[in-house]
Amino acid sequence: MLKINNLHASVEDKAILRGINLDIKPGEVHAIMGPNGSGKSTLASVVAGKEDYEVNEGEILLDGENIDELGAEERAHKGVFLSFQYPVEIPGVSVTNFIKTAINETRKAKGLEDMPANEMLKLIREKSQMLEIDRKFLSRSLNEGFSGGEKKRNEIFQMAMLEPKLAILDETDSGLDIDALRIVANGVNKLKSKDNAVVVITHYQRLLDYIVPDHVHVLMNGKIVKSGGAELAHELEAKGYDWIKEEVNA
Amino acid sequence: MELKEKLMSSFMAFENTVDIDSPVHDIRTEAIKHFENEGFPTKRQEAWKYTSLNAVLKHNYSVFPKHEDALEFKDVKKYFIHDIDSYKIIFIDGKYSSHLSQTTHDAIDVCLMSSALTKPKYRLIIENYFNKIATTDGLSSLNTAFSAEGAYIHIPKNKLVEKPIQIIHFSTGNEAALMLQPRNLVVVDENSHVQIIERHQSLTDNPVLTNSVTEIFANKRAIVDYYKIQNDRETASLIDNTFINQKQESIAKVHTFSFGGKLTRNNLNFYQNGERLDSTMKGITIIGNKQHVDHNTLVHHIEPNCESHQDYKGIFNDNATGVFNGKVIVEKEAQKTNAFQANNNILVSDKASINTKPQLEIFADDVRCSHGCTIGQLDESAMFYLRSRGIPEKEARALLMFAFSNNVLDSVKIPEIKNRITKIIANKLGVNIGFDL
Repeated sequence: MLKINNLHASVEDKAILRGINLDIKPGEVHAIMGPNGSGKSTLASVVAGKEDYEVNEGEILLDGENIDELGAEERAHKGVFLSFQYPVEIPGVSVTNFIKTAINETRKAKGLEDMPANEMLKLIREKSQMLEIDRKFLSRSLNEGFSGGEKKRNEIFQMAMLEPKLAILDETDSGLDIDALRIVANGVNKLKSKDNAVVVITHYQRLLDYIVPDHVHVLMNGKIVKSGGAELAHELEAKGYDWIKEEVNA
Repeated sequence: MELKEKLMSSFMAFENTVDIDSPVHDIRTEAIKHFENEGFPTKRQEAWKYTSLNAVLKHNYSVFPKHEDALEFKDVKKYFIHDIDSYKIIFIDGKYSSHLSQTTHDAIDVCLMSSALTKPKYRLIIENYFNKIATTDGLSSLNTAFSAEGAYIHIPKNKLVEKPIQIIHFSTGNEAALMLQPRNLVVVDENSHVQIIERHQSLTDNPVLTNSVTEIFANKRAIVDYYKIQNDRETASLIDNTFINQKQESIAKVHTFSFGGKLTRNNLNFYQNGERLDSTMKGITIIGNKQHVDHNTLVHHIEPNCESHQDYKGIFNDNATGVFNGKVIVEKEAQKTNAFQANNNILVSDKASINTKPQLEIFADDVRCSHGCTIGQLDESAMFYLRSRGIPEKEARALLMFAFSNNVLDSVKIPEIKNRITKIIANKLGVNIGFDL
């Protein structure tokens, strides 16, 4: 589904990604782990189409199509979703209006009519219940004054509404207490199917206890230096990253 | 002939049309002298530093339109807030249109200034209120000198006027260039409530210059909601001089929506002559091309325990220019004043500009006065967030601009006005947004 070949990316001439290769198939869950500053969030942003980054080399293929030249919204229309590490506060736009606009713009791009209002309401009710989101929450301004946990839950709510093909969860576990973590993880698991894929970017293995990955990759200095199964996450949790650094340097 | 000279010589012709023995005419003759001395303001004056009238004054305006024209309601319906029941005071090229209007004398007076200035039954109100708060600067004096027609609204005490009052001035283009000087008087007595919507609309591309003066008196515990919708053609200019005198515990709110016109200058002045009263002025300005909008506000806190709230948002595209000059004076006696002022602006293009200047003169020592102005661009991280959810760039920009100006619309009490303004904004931003604010 997503194939990344030899991806190099930089911001203001500073190289951050230095040759990433990744192959994600439908139905798979991939975890990308690594120390701070290794390029995890950059990888997520580059795939989602953030224009601050320049792709210097390599390609990103979604279902075989190079998406490098597409704007963020076009990638979203093709089914790419990024759950932000730091969701942006937008005063004056309610959660409901935001998600309605997002869904209908995506439908418009596909040549579909707006979703009928009653269908939209039903969908909102269903998905917000799944994530144990209060009705009052939906009429508040997007992310404004939300707690860390509320922001992340709101991201997964949007994911549930948009039903993406490829969901990238960037540090979705940070700032979550154990209850919120369980709710968020349950939400993601319910959305998983044989047709979509999930990329979990995280520092720690604890989210991976709930969302079990098929593949774990370690990112360091802009390169994937080690890949393995779910057991690699446990090993990293127990031993830290230093042993990998030594292995890489050896 | 220069416009000033033309106006001076027109005054004599004007005198043939009015009762020169009335006390009002003494006020007029006094005013024309003021105008003769002051003339039109120039950029040398501090209050006009960023707004030049030169381009607007160069046309050969007709001061007394010769033609009378009728308009069919269906042709101008879209300029009305037509989905509500309302009183209407409508003028075409400065002349009252009884056909389009709906006035009343039933318990309240919603009618014409020309009647109020000439009929004995209004004499007392005119004596007490006419030209009592309008200033003697050149433009206001010019209007006073030629004051003859406009809206006259008197709400006696304890009246809740449920129907809003719409004042609309149409200009038809029958004159090659037209100058209008409407004069409005609004007196709201104790405990009464009134809602007024004012609009100036040119129907062709012939130049129009409107120099309007509105005096509003909000007496004890009165509530006045005033909405100014400025969405005129780019050949029409407006100088709006509004003066509001408030008595104790009154609430006066003025919303100014500036979306069009060549040059728009709003001189909005509040005088707080009573305790525990509230003055609110809010504005949304969205302009492009070479349009110019200047908000020049004054709040004069004279007595203690009063509040004032100012919140102006501006979005400037292309070569548009904006000015915000907000003056707040807090007199020594005006202790416990709470004065708030905010002016936030977004410059969409590199060539657009805004000059914003808060001016606080505080002579009391126990007050809360805050002011803040910002000038910025749209938040790029917010843009990426919206786009990553599938909202295209243009719609994302529009959504953020809506959100930016949204809180000004919060205080609009009439839903139909709110809907109309929302639609005009969507139209200005060139989007069809499927959400409601």
